[in-house]
Amino acid sequence: MSLNLTRRDLARLITRIENGERGAQEALNALYPHTGRARVIGITGAPGSGKSTLVSEMARAWRLRSGLDQPQVAIVAVDPSSPFSGGAILGDRIRMRDLYGDSGIFIRSMASRGALGGIAAATADVVSALDAYGFEIVLIETVGAGQLEVDVARIAQTVIVVEAPGAGDEVQAVKAGILEIADVIAVNKADREGVAQTISALQSALDIAPANGHHGARAATELASDDGTGWRPPIVKVSALNREGIVELLAAVDTHRDYLVATGEGERRYQQRIESDIKARLRELLLQTAMRRITQIDYQAVLAAVGQRSLHPAEAALKLLDSLHL
Amino acid sequence: MTTLPEPKPGASEISARPLRILIAKPGLDGHDRGAKVIARALRDAGMEVIYTGLRQTPEMIAEAALQEDVDAVGLSILSGAHNVLLPRIAEALRERGLSDVPIFAGGIIPDEDVPALVQAGIAGVFGPGSPIADIIAFIRARTPARD
Ligand SMILES: Nc1nc2c(ncn2[C@@H]2O[C@H](COP(=O)(O)OP(=O)(O)OP(=O)(O)O)[C@@H](O)[C@H]2O)c(=O)[nH]1
Ligand SMILES: [Mg+2]
Repeated sequence: MSLNLTRRDLARLITRIENGERGAQEALNALYPHTGRARVIGITGAPGSGKSTLVSEMARAWRLRSGLDQPQVAIVAVDPSSPFSGGAILGDRIRMRDLYGDSGIFIRSMASRGALGGIAAATADVVSALDAYGFEIVLIETVGAGQLEVDVARIAQTVIVVEAPGAGDEVQAVKAGILEIADVIAVNKADREGVAQTISALQSALDIAPANGHHGARAATELASDDGTGWRPPIVKVSALNREGIVELLAAVDTHRDYLVATGEGERRYQQRIESDIKARLRELLLQTAMRRITQIDYQAVLAAVGQRSLHPAEAALKLLDSLHL
Repeated sequence: MTTLPEPKPGASEISARPLRILIAKPGLDGHDRGAKVIARALRDAGMEVIYTGLRQTPEMIAEAALQEDVDAVGLSILSGAHNVLLPRIAEALRERGLSDVPIFAGGIIPDEDVPALVQAGIAGVFGPGSPIADIIAFIRARTPARD
């Protein structure tokens, strides 16, 4: 590890980052040069599809694979906050019980705290801290995902979409459109009936999807460009419960990593990610700056005018912008 | 080696953050209904509850408390093994430098066992039928002291 932090220090740093406490940004600034080494892998899919169980088995398999005390694996498991109380029940650890006793594994539960993209606003920075601390692999489990929960694709190099055979021929990931961010598809609960139907439904969904690299983390970034190389997400059958297919799943993740390296796609995604991250932060800062400089008089005036429908909100925003004399 | 800047604690910074509470079920009995009721009540009180499930050893609980940086640890115990397990959990937390994290316990704990448990570091013991409001008040009273 490159930082002289204990695990306790790390845990407390994560809390400070999550809360945006004073000192957190300074710590992140100091950490930043030490980031960029971890492989960051997102695991998403419908509620109950077996994400936590699978994450646990993947972490275990990675630790067993080399036989050395490597790689160090961190898990960030996100669950939704209650929109009513702001509280949350973070229960993903229940399925990660078997990882106990391995000091090369660190698990952190996070509440989404109102963010709608399937991860928390602070998840990216928490991943950076784990990366800088020296974890070689960071697994991010998103909240049970539907159509909108695709933000993990902005952080992860490889996104695994977990699908489980359901009742009937409904394929959750297809219905939700979340397949668009898949780099690898894991059909979990392969010990159950209906796996073959699920796989063929996924295959035909992939057949009609654009095949030219529009899959994966890239689909969620703003500047996706077409290079014609194309990656069709492989479908891997697993049973997290019976520990079957896990090694094959890790192999598929490795193959995707090799693809990212060999085609330069990884580098392109990385550049896009940096750019959209800076833009998002700039947008936030600009808004804050503008709100500080707009006078109450101007602000109340446009509020009233829009309220009476004599001014369109777009015109109101322009007026406020003009009042800043940029 | 990089040394991170020390946080400069300010008066205002801890006010808005949700409390993080670990709720665990030590021992071998398989009933976690009580633990789930508490977990839900704490969530509804605006807290973030890390729920670890059944059959947790003292070491598992302490390790989870460390990784999750919780503000308090709550234990639900029905097995009758409280006199053995609860002090061991307190000890496991101390060994990891977490002696400042308050521990509370609920379940079937006879009154005569309470003083020894308090002595062993279990700051709050809540018998059957304790109002959840008491547990919430306990957590709120104990937690702001932490940095
Ligand atoms: N039969 C079978 N059940 C599984 C398998 N993997 C997970 N499960 C079960 O599916 C249920 C949900 O598993 P989780 O791992 O908690 O699923 P999840 O996607 O993390 O759930 P959320 O975080 O709540 O969205 C549990 O009862 C698991 O035991 C599997 O391979 N086969
Ligand atoms: Mg889960």
